Amino acid sequence: MTEYILLRHRDIPHLDQLEVYLQHGGFEAFKKVVTTQTPQQVIDNIKASGLRGRGGAGFPTGVKWSLLTKNVFPRYVVANADESEPGAFKDREILENNPYQFLEGVMIASYAAQANLAFNYLRGEFADLAAKLEANVAELRAHGWLGENLFGTSYSLEIRNHLGAGAYICGEESALLESIEGHRGQPRPKPPFPADKGLYQKPTVINNTETLTNLPLIVARGPAWFRTMGTASSPGVKIFSLSGSVNRPGNYELPLGTTFRELIEKHGGGAPGGRKVKGFIPSGASSPVLPATDEILDCPMDYESVAQKGSGLGSASVIVFDESVDVVWLAVKIARFFKHESCGKCTPCRVGMRLMLEMLERLYGGEGQPDDLRQIERLGAIIQRGSLCGLGQAAPNAILSSLRHFRSEFEAHL
Amino acid sequence: MLTENYSAEVEAILARHPGDQKEAATLPLLYLAQKAYGYLSLDALIEVGALVGQTPAEVASLAGFYSLFRLHPGGRRRVQICTDLPCALRGADKFAEELCANLHIRLGETTADGEFTVEAVTCLAGCRNAPLFQVQDADGIHYYEGTPEQPLTVDAVIGILDKLRL
Repeated sequence: MTEYILLRHRDIPHLDQLEVYLQHGGFEAFKKVVTTQTPQQVIDNIKASGLRGRGGAGFPTGVKWSLLTKNVFPRYVVANADESEPGAFKDREILENNPYQFLEGVMIASYAAQANLAFNYLRGEFADLAAKLEANVAELRAHGWLGENLFGTSYSLEIRNHLGAGAYICGEESALLESIEGHRGQPRPKPPFPADKGLYQKPTVINNTETLTNLPLIVARGPAWFRTMGTASSPGVKIFSLSGSVNRPGNYELPLGTTFRELIEKHGGGAPGGRKVKGFIPSGASSPVLPATDEILDCPMDYESVAQKGSGLGSASVIVFDESVDVVWLAVKIARFFKHESCGKCTPCRVGMRLMLEMLERLYGGEGQPDDLRQIERLGAIIQRGSLCGLGQAAPNAILSSLRHFRSEFEAHL
Repeated sequence: MLTENYSAEVEAILARHPGDQKEAATLPLLYLAQKAYGYLSLDALIEVGALVGQTPAEVASLAGFYSLFRLHPGGRRRVQICTDLPCALRGADKFAEELCANLHIRLGETTADGEFTVEAVTCLAGCRNAPLFQVQDADGIHYYEGTPEQPLTVDAVIGILDKLRL
């Protein structure tokens, strides 16, 4: 039985209580970096660990931090807890059950970035959770782990929880910054990147909840320990959110490089009713669908291997569908989501997803036109190429890949 | 007026977002106005705009952008069921339909007693526990969900709603 790294509350009951977290080494890593390491040493350590962003992009965390524009202050750290991708429910489990490890991660990242103010941006639906985290932050302040001159040094830090109000796009980092500033969550053109001009036009680091939760143990145990898990290019463990047509949906913390087969069959118990798994989406609604062939099922879940199969590991939100599912129905569901969540800034995404949904609904309703499949492909390409941010660029992914892998099911509706 | 009936809350929100970060107080103030009035009327938008130095049109563009704000009156509580793909694969559409039939409404409508407006919403980050829903009312937002082993049933939800009615 191996230990949990991120979902440590499953090993240690009541880890969401401060005294329990302290009994298990809580805040020693933060104290260690503030009192014995320079910010550059922390960055170098995280770089050496090979930790990559767990929100979806898989960008090396230490490298991201080192891109901050030199000698410009104040700087900000922003935790992205806007978890809204259909199929993703890992950050919520961390925040609900292991909040201090996450907060300690925010604090370590803030020290590394030399930021004195960190924001934790939570989706508006997490209002109860935000209230709890506010209480956690107040406790840390009362214990002297947040505030002025921490541990007798010149370093000061505050954490502020900030609630969104219902918008998937705010998980996109520049839209998130706009939202914190009190604007509509619409992405900014890049460059400039947030590391240069982020929150209030100041250098800003934005990291996902799960990414940050990795930091305390990497600091405490060292980069070499972290690299004993996972693969050479994707080290560490990952929380895989498994949902849809499986017997045991849930969050599974497994080493990166575990196969889809192990996740879906061994942990998830396969599809209900003895049905056959037809396919899955490896990273929530925004990633391309993969058919459940033997070759794909045996693919290791690391960033490079899944990309080679024509999809992406992203946030590792694996949505499974079995042989009873009509793939055109699935495409309608995905199109409806993105039509609703398009922020409206770019016409190809705003109007395109509306047209895409209309076409798919017509097809699903049995009134498809002979030219529809070609039109879906053409429209999808326009949306992908003509949108500013990742939402629009990814919105047609699952639809176009469904059409590619399961074309006969679409044709059956014509 | 918020400044009269919720003066302490307004001051706390404005104090948290001082100086050139004043606009950042808009979302928290919209939440407060919605709590106070049940929905965001034009008067409420004007009031919030005055507090943060924005025009009613600017505030309205925010209120319309974010889905947790409501610009029209409705039931006292919004029952919001996730019907996105992962939940739908576990029966969320049928669940929503049966719940509505039980309440003698269609999805998007309000019960005859004005208590509940039932809506379909996008992912709530609880896919493993599908079907699930949230209730949004003057007290805030609360989640209701079962477990993979014991998912919520329509009967159980009717019981939950009856308790909320009290």
